[in-house]
Amino acid sequence: MERSATSPSALTGAVKGNGDAVFAAIVRCSAALILLGLGGMVAVMAWGARGAFARFGPGFVFDKAWNPVTQHFGAAAPMFGTVITALLAILLAVPLAFGIAVWLTEIASARIAGVIGTLIQLLAAVPSIIFGMWGFAVLVPFMAHYVEPLASHTLGRVPGIGTLFRGAPYGTGFLTGGMILAVMITPFICAVMRDVFLSMPAVLKESAYGLGMTRWEVVRRIILPWSRSSVVGGVMLGLGRALGETMAITFVIGNANHIGWSLFSPGNTIASLIALEFPESAVGSLKFSSLMAAGFLLMLISLGTLVCSRLLLRTKAAGR
Amino acid sequence: MTTHTTTAAAQAAPCAGARWQGNSVSDIRRRMVDRVATALCWAATALVLLMLFSILFVLVRNGVGGLRWVTFVHVTQPPGQGGGLANAIVGSLIQTGLAVLIGAPVGLLVGIYLAEFTATDGRLINFVRFVSDLLLSAPSILVGLFIYMIVVVPSGHFSGLAGALALSMLVVPVVVRTTEDMLRLVPLAMREAAIALGAPRWRMILFVCLRAAREGVATGILLALARVSGETAPLLFTSLGNMNWSIAPGRPMASLPVTIYQYAGAAYADWTALAWTGALLITAGILMINITVRLGLGRNRK
Repeated sequence: MERSATSPSALTGAVKGNGDAVFAAIVRCSAALILLGLGGMVAVMAWGARGAFARFGPGFVFDKAWNPVTQHFGAAAPMFGTVITALLAILLAVPLAFGIAVWLTEIASARIAGVIGTLIQLLAAVPSIIFGMWGFAVLVPFMAHYVEPLASHTLGRVPGIGTLFRGAPYGTGFLTGGMILAVMITPFICAVMRDVFLSMPAVLKESAYGLGMTRWEVVRRIILPWSRSSVVGGVMLGLGRALGETMAITFVIGNANHIGWSLFSPGNTIASLIALEFPESAVGSLKFSSLMAAGFLLMLISLGTLVCSRLLLRTKAAGR
Repeated sequence: MTTHTTTAAAQAAPCAGARWQGNSVSDIRRRMVDRVATALCWAATALVLLMLFSILFVLVRNGVGGLRWVTFVHVTQPPGQGGGLANAIVGSLIQTGLAVLIGAPVGLLVGIYLAEFTATDGRLINFVRFVSDLLLSAPSILVGLFIYMIVVVPSGHFSGLAGALALSMLVVPVVVRTTEDMLRLVPLAMREAAIALGAPRWRMILFVCLRAAREGVATGILLALARVSGETAPLLFTSLGNMNWSIAPGRPMASLPVTIYQYAGAAYADWTALAWTGALLITAGILMINITVRLGLGRNRK
């Protein structure tokens, strides 16, 4: 990049000997390990899933049944849960992350922003199982006693969107899962947004303020268009995290393998299904293979999202 | 600064076109929108901070009662018999320690590859960096499944070593990231000086560049340690957990996150209390590492 003319690797050692060749070989082998790691994960999942795909064919993806008694398995319900919770999480987390990023870069003084920014990033360091326990102890009762009864009595009566808010107020379910995930991924999205907002040339913002724009107009018309692709990349990164999250979700999702159109209905995600049912399935059984197949699908979904995210973030970095 | 604004205001005031403090309907609307947006930004920040403090509060309220001597010296026991978390704490230390011992050297070498071999392997390097970034965010439960298939199934039993291997797969990409970033900050002049003195490239990289970047690299390793010490999903199918004292890496091994997971949903009050204590311990440890690292970095940048 900036030192393409005199790259450090253009320097060659003056002393002859095979030390450099040996070192280069070791280093390249380590790099190969990384490629083997990810390639191996995909290959092993596919290998483990072969039994389920041979038995159910591509219909496995669209089959709603998950019945160990009749040995009939399909991934549609957990896939639905995975995608819905992740999308809900994004819907809730993006405005939060955007608000915090604007607050940190445009509203707060640099000193305060440093402290608060660190606190927000500490939230990203909290292990996911802690979010799960917190969700189970705090968020689930809160949802069951206040939010869900209130919402089903008001929004649930509205024709059309009413179905989304009906159902028994268990407290667990898609919405609670999405909320936990939102709290978890907000710091990640916020960090990407803050970095790209800070990297923006100050003269662009100053000229806009100089022309009499309000702060919101500067954010909306100057900062956001300039940083759009990176912001989308950050959002996709958060989506990738949300899709693969296990421990936080498994406490609050309700663990029911069915597709419900109410936000309050219990569901399941692929990661949570694997965590719960894998210990009870024997190697080589159809259930084991079906779980591997579900894992393989999760791998494809999350890798696809992450690839999009990295491509979007990279084009911005290159264009700068 | 003040003089600057006064002159600007003085010039703007007579000019009818520059209504920066105008009172027309559209200007009032613009200011209202701005106020509302600013308020929402404050609210978003306050809400997420509230979540953080709520998590910390609940952890302390439910977990502080279990911070007794017994918790640290007794192993896990059946409900009602006053067990502790000693085996889980030691198991976690062993597994995260092993994971860093395995993962950090690989991460370091790959980081060196990405930062120092750009002239010869440019294309491949971009690909390796891309894959490493993917691994950084890959679902951790699938890493556990992967190690289950290639280590646990062939060897026939769960083991602490398998758990450490699964965790090390999460250590590598974190260390790769920071090592590469830190090596790129080392000035070119230092490399040239080393080469001019007749050092071979591997000596230049290991004893000049890596030495110059050692604080940042150590930071990356610490952050990786903090990240994997709370990971539960990769351990479920690899080290499994163990109710008894076990420090042999070839056998199933207890760990704090897995014990928390098993105890949190239990119907026994003493088990759930221990789960909260374990959760408090692990979160306090991780946050302390993170705060130390951030304070250290802040000091160095000044």
